[in-house]
Order: sequence, then C-alpha cells, then structure tokens
Amino acid sequence: MRAAAGVTGISSREEPLVQALERLRQRGYKNVQTFSPVPPEQLIEKPESLKSPVRAYTLTGGILGFISGLALTIWTSLDWPLRTGAKPIASIPPFLVIAFELTILFGGLFTLAGLLIHARLPQTAPEPGYHARFSVDQFGVFVPCENGQIEEVKQLFHAAGVEEVSVETA
Amino acid sequence: MNATSQQPVSFTQITDDILAPMWKPSRGYLLLLFAALSLAVVGGLCWLHQINTGMGVAGISRPAGWGIYIAAFVFWVGIAHSGTLISAILYLFHVPWRAAISRTAEAMTIFAVMTAGLFPLIHIGRPWLFYWLIPYPNERQLWVNFRSPLIWDVFAVGTYFTISLVFWYVGMIPDLAAIRDRSTGLKRNIYGLFALGWRGSGNQWRHYKAAYLLFAALATPLVISVHSVVSWDFAMGIVPGWHSTIFAPYFVAGAIFSGLAMVCTLVIPLRRAFHLEKYITLNHFNQLSKLLLFTSLIVTYAYITEFFTAWYTGNPIERDSFYYRAFGDYQTLFWIMTVCNCIAPLVLFFRKMRQNLKVLFVLSLLINVGMYLERFIIIPVSLTHGFIPNVWGLYTPSLYEIGILAGSFGFFFFFFLLFIKFLPVLPIFEIKEGFQPHPAKQIQEAAS
Repeated sequence: MRAAAGVTGISSREEPLVQALERLRQRGYKNVQTFSPVPPEQLIEKPESLKSPVRAYTLTGGILGFISGLALTIWTSLDWPLRTGAKPIASIPPFLVIAFELTILFGGLFTLAGLLIHARLPQTAPEPGYHARFSVDQFGVFVPCENGQIEEVKQLFHAAGVEEVSVETA
Repeated sequence: MNATSQQPVSFTQITDDILAPMWKPSRGYLLLLFAALSLAVVGGLCWLHQINTGMGVAGISRPAGWGIYIAAFVFWVGIAHSGTLISAILYLFHVPWRAAISRTAEAMTIFAVMTAGLFPLIHIGRPWLFYWLIPYPNERQLWVNFRSPLIWDVFAVGTYFTISLVFWYVGMIPDLAAIRDRSTGLKRNIYGLFALGWRGSGNQWRHYKAAYLLFAALATPLVISVHSVVSWDFAMGIVPGWHSTIFAPYFVAGAIFSGLAMVCTLVIPLRRAFHLEKYITLNHFNQLSKLLLFTSLIVTYAYITEFFTAWYTGNPIERDSFYYRAFGDYQTLFWIMTVCNCIAPLVLFFRKMRQNLKVLFVLSLLINVGMYLERFIIIPVSLTHGFIPNVWGLYTPSLYEIGILAGSFGFFFFFFLLFIKFLPVLPIFEIKEGFQPHPAKQIQEAAS
C-alpha cells in the first residue's frame, strides 16, 4: 500500500544511505524505497531477494519459442507436402534454424515482459519521495511514516551522515 | 585502461557533457542532414522508377541474377553485426571500454538492419508482395518452403532486428529518465513517455540488471547465427565459389570486421564534434583497433583458405572460378579488396597507428570499401563465371542500381544523424558506473 507521506534521505554517496537503511530495518520500518542514478552496489530494498524472477520468463519464452518453431515448420510441411531436393517432408535439420531463431525471439520478448512486470513499468503515477536529482547524481532513501515518526527518521538519517533530509507531504 | 583510472568526474558533469550537444543543431550538422536526406531521396526516386518501369532498368540479368542489391544486403547486415557484438559479447566479458562506444554501435545496428531490410524488397521487383515470404494461413493452403535459406533469412534478420531494438531501447531507459528529469514542457512529456516512468529504485535496478544480462546472453548466439544464415544463402547453392563449408565463420568474421570499421567511421568524427575526448579515449581506439586487426587476419586467412581449397580439390571448375576472381574481368576490384581488407589493416600492428585517429579513420573507410567489394566479388562475380562457358557473362550495375546503393548510405546516415541529436550517444549511467569509485577501492586508496 502506498504511504501518504514520509521522509527522504538524499546523499551524493551510497554508503551513508546504506547505513541508514540498515538502521531503519532494525527499527522495523517497512516499504522503504531506494533510488539511485546507477545500479546500486548495496542500496537495495530487499537484499535477501537479489535473484530476479525475470530469468524464469526468459526460460519459458525460450522453450515456447523452440517448440513453436518446430511445430510451425513441421505442421506447415505436412499440411502442404511438397517434396523438394529428395529430402523428407519434415526435414528436421533445416527446421532447427527456425526453431533456434524463435527460441531467441520468444526468449527476448518474454524477458522484456518479465522486466516490465517486475519493475512495474510503465509507471504513470508519481513516486512518493522521488526527486529529479536521483536520475542524475544523488542517491535517495524514502521512508513512508506517520507524523509521529518523522523526527526519529530524520535523526536516524543525520546520524548516518546523510547530507540532506526532506520531509514529503501527501 | 578503465574509465575509473582517469581524472575524477562528477555524475552531474557526465550528464551535462553527454546531453550538451543534443537538440542544438549547428549549420554543419544541418548541411550533413540535408545531404543525407537528399541522397536517400535520390535512391528512393531510382527505386520508384524501377518499380514503375520494371526490373529491366537494373543491370541484373542472366547470368547474374543477384547483383549489387544482394551485395548491399549482405554488406548492411554485416555492418549491423558490431553493434550487438560490442554490446552483448563485451558486456558478458565485462570489458571496461565497451561503454564508450556501445550506444553508437547499437544505434548503428538498428539503422543498418533497417537499410539491409530494404534490399530484398528492392530486389524482388514487386515489393508489395513481400508478405509472400512470411508464413500465414491462406485460402490456397500454401506455405513457405522452410528448407530454403531465404526463409531462414527472414526469421534470422527479423529476430535480429527485434532483439537489437529491444536491447537498444532497454539500455536507454535510465538515460531517457535522466533527460526527462532535466527537461520541461513537451520535451519532458515525450522523453517521460519513452522512459516509462523509470525511477531508478533498487527493485527496478535489480530486475533491469538481470534482464540486461539475459538480453546479452540471448543476443550473443544470435549475432553468430544471423550472418551464418546469410552466408548459407550462398553456401547452400552449388555455384562455384559459393558452395563451401567455411562460409559461415568466414562471413561472421567479415561482418564483425566491417562493423568495427563502421564504428570507427562514425565514432571518430562524433567524438571530435561532440567533445567527448574525456569519455572516448585513445585507449578505447587502441582496443578497438586490436579487434579490427584480429578480424582482418581471420578474413585474410579465410581468403587464403578459399583459394587453397579450390586448388586442393583438383576440380577444374572450382579452380577456374577462383583464378577468374584474381585475374579475370573483375581483377581490379579483387586487388583493391585485398589491399583494403588484408594489407592496409596490417599497420595496426603498430601502437602509434592504433592511436592515430586520422590513420584509423582513413583505414576504416578503406575497409568499408573493401568489404563492399568482397560481397560484390562473391555474389555477382561468381554468378558470371559458372559451370559452362556459354553461360558466362559480365555484370555491370546500371545507374539506377548505383543510385539505390548510394541512397542506402543516405538513408542510413539520415537516421544516424537524427539519433545523435535526439538521443544520448553514450550510455550515461554506464559511464557514471565506470567513473564511480568502488567502495573497496576507496578503502584501499585510503589505506595506502
């Protein structure tokens, strides 16, 4: 569930925010969101789930592509049985070329679908706590919290050496 | 040398440096764009005339049924190879200098495949019937012949274009978000639309990195397969000079060679015009040149092997076919090709030459010429000198064919010029990653 408001810690370096994130986790803050202009080393919301399920989409797409390629070539050859070059109607070696290409094609398109689904793209609603600087040169951590927790979160950020703390209103 | 070993550069400066040349066209740029568009229009008019009048206006006729259109198709598919090679294979091997040229090379791939895709349409004469190449249910229950390499080509090139486009676009999403966040008004809306609402959250990056690695893993065998399939268009035929088992690796090496040369042709002026010397260093060209030299040696080896096998078979027709290449009617083209592809690249054995951009630029142009000639010599020249003397002949491209070939260069450069003004020519976030001091390295530096 999306929080109405919270606090964002902004820093030009990743390390203070990683420290702050660790302390936030220890205090039981949930739904924390991180932002970074480059792929983060450690600044990840759920470090326990580093493996992405996108690879399962690739595998599924690849298998489907291979089966589709063979099915298409064999079925159409049997549907219009024209013998050429003294080869069998269903000539498997040349059909493997089509099966291979469709393996890659379906694998790639399924990977794209997996990325879009799991990265929640396209995203039209504004992301709470997001600042335009996060795509350029700043790292950020947004903590959704109640009004009573704002001071505690701010202090936590400051104690970790985070350069800038911003309170986000709903 | 890695980007990180250079002067420290802030993330803001990297973003500014890469985005600075965008959107503001200089007079020189507009002139180039106009020239490219004019050339493309000339090619388009020649094609229109060919459609209107018939294939008779082209020089292709018995015995050379395949002429410079098919040679151009193979040439442009070859050019398209390096984009995915640099992006995918070098990504898998964690090659640090990849980022400096990957975006340009990927863009080159897209536009080169688009250009290559035109040539089968031009060649078939009745382009409105192109859909006959695609298997689709129809009243007559006819299906395409999946045993034909020409149909494999449709699938291979179609897959290559789709995967390359997806790979290129996905690689740009974080950069499009950076442009969105630094823009206002309509520009912000347009880039925002294509950035898909990217926010760079930890969750998004996690899936993004996984997907990018998978795209690279899928694209790598695809690069090898596409030009192998293109080579089988010829190798599966029994024409002397075509029917050879070495064609697949020979064509793949040639494609990478010509693609790398085109990368140099594009990146050297781009680096200077956009003042990107900080990000595309002489060392990057040094590495690129080594690859160029390596592929040139493979291509040379393939040429020698072709001649050797023709001699070793003892088959008089095969022998005669290769003798004709070197000493027949098209011998001038053959020797120009040999100088451009085999002799001239040997200067790259010297480090000074690898880092001399003038030499490298001229060499890249020579290789582009040499590689086009290679395709010309393989395709129509082999057809003009077949099994029996009474079907021998000469092939001379007509003015319309030459106009269409020139137009294809205009078409390619028109799109490339649009790309450099509307999209970042370097992958911003990857360049930032390269300049980002690694935490372990920081500790090591502090300790020392």
